[in-house]
Amino acid sequence: MSELAGKSVSSSATQRSGFQRWLNRNGWRKIVAGIPYFWLLLFFLAPFFIVMVIAVSEAAYSIPPFKIPFSWEALQANIATNFGYLINDSLYYTGYLNSLKIAAISTVFCLLLGYPMAYGIARSSGATRNILLLLVILPFWTSFLLRIYAWIGLLGTNGTINNVLLAIGIIDEPLQMMNTDFAVYIGIVYSYLPFMILPLYANLERLDNTLTEAAMDLGSTPARTFLDVTLPLSVPGIVAGSMLVFIPATGEYVIPVLLGTGSSPMIGRVLFDEFFLNTDWPVASAVAIVLLLLLVVPIMMFNHYQARAEGVE
Amino acid sequence: MQNRSVFLLSTLCFGFAFLYVPILIMMAYSFNSSRLVTVWGGFSTQWYGKLLENDQVIDAALLSLKIAVVSASFATILGTFAGLTLARLGRFKGRTLFSGMISAPLIMPDVITGLSLLLLFVSLETLIGWPSGRGATTVTLAHITFSMAYVAVIIQSRLTSMDNSVEEAAMDLGSTPLRVMWDITLPIIAPAMVSGWLLSFTLSLDDLVIASFTNGPGSTTLPMLIFSKVKLGVTPDINALATLIVGVVTLGVVVAGFLMFRAEKQRDRDVQVAIAANE
Repeated sequence: MSELAGKSVSSSATQRSGFQRWLNRNGWRKIVAGIPYFWLLLFFLAPFFIVMVIAVSEAAYSIPPFKIPFSWEALQANIATNFGYLINDSLYYTGYLNSLKIAAISTVFCLLLGYPMAYGIARSSGATRNILLLLVILPFWTSFLLRIYAWIGLLGTNGTINNVLLAIGIIDEPLQMMNTDFAVYIGIVYSYLPFMILPLYANLERLDNTLTEAAMDLGSTPARTFLDVTLPLSVPGIVAGSMLVFIPATGEYVIPVLLGTGSSPMIGRVLFDEFFLNTDWPVASAVAIVLLLLLVVPIMMFNHYQARAEGVE
Repeated sequence: MQNRSVFLLSTLCFGFAFLYVPILIMMAYSFNSSRLVTVWGGFSTQWYGKLLENDQVIDAALLSLKIAVVSASFATILGTFAGLTLARLGRFKGRTLFSGMISAPLIMPDVITGLSLLLLFVSLETLIGWPSGRGATTVTLAHITFSMAYVAVIIQSRLTSMDNSVEEAAMDLGSTPLRVMWDITLPIIAPAMVSGWLLSFTLSLDDLVIASFTNGPGSTTLPMLIFSKVKLGVTPDINALATLIVGVVTLGVVVAGFLMFRAEKQRDRDVQVAIAANE
């Protein structure tokens, strides 16, 4: 206590220069908020406007490979050309549909596996709980790319899984698992499972146990208690976890390229190839904008529930 | 009741096996002496030796480490400012936009972030001549941008879980806001800053897609090198490299976690002693 008071006296004694007074009164707030604000405006928000401008530009053989339209007619023509591809060429619209389907199904599997895990961790106590949590967080820290790589060795025609199944005698010839949608589902569920478990755990752990106990005391069966009390109260966790899986999975590039098929690529790969192989920056930008529009609703849901979760605390 | 715990226990076992068995099998095969990655030919560490002789791998690893250290450090500073802003500065004009810009990078698909940042760098170069060309600098800027969002969230949740009565008490006793920040708030968030730095470091070390967009010719990061090799299939030297990376990161996280846990306990004890002494 006395130490704190002493420090404040000495610091007010040094309050001489105008800059320091400004800093102490209000300036420090402006610096603390202003620097990250400016950074995000420049490196996060501004780029989206540039993507929008390039999406309505014309592809050209120049450096950089596009021409910004300077007339209303040119603008309209460019929009028709660039976004026209997305509607008329099946590569693009099947890419979107495929990505949404794969992301949605993977999210459901993540939830089916992640919910009981989160629930189990939330119900365990003390040291066990900490160890289990660490085990969930640890993969989150280790390389995403390498964890997908590990599955290539498992799923291949002469990979570990096929070898084991052949040795036991369950199958007579190796299963084709690599370069299928099945492998992509496995890869997405595997890499995004921790993102599902952590928000669910945070939600379930805060849940008031007295409510479930009251329901049980009043004669409710465990199944009914879960359906009527626990499940509805964990909706914010379910939504947050599902969005954390669904949104990035929709634009996923690495997993479908390494594990999936080339015949019906997901939209992330379409965008990547459009940019790097076709060097068509305007169409790649148009693909990105439509992808972003498709994800606006899920992103807003995520923000809403996250804000609600913060409000609870 | 009994059925339910059996169900929960078996899903936990299955889930953790699912998360860990693939990585453990990969690690085991890195010690395989056979070149065939699926046939066990006896124990050997030859692939680790081969790895250390590979200049390409060493150069890419050094470049990635450099980018990771620089971007994690900047991201920690910017992210701490952003977290403080969200948790302690109350309402201000543009707060909704600010918190939106903090949470959006966490879920934005990498291809969109990568593409938009590259287009920004290209436009900036055309307009003001900076950054000239793309390479380690632009990758670092991109990594700072998405990592700072993670740091901000960690700092914010740390600050909202601590009540600010101590800070208010210091203000009441006449301390200046800056002194409060330095003497009280900073020690409170120091562990969160360490985890933020570590997370930014691993995120940077791991990023492939955003680096592919924002990088220029001539500089290859480690994930880019691994990706180009992995596309051709499984090889024992990549198994060895993967084992090294996963091993080092795991060790680092566990040691850092343990040290932070101990520091936290020590701090709690100090607080108890201080309270006891005052009474």
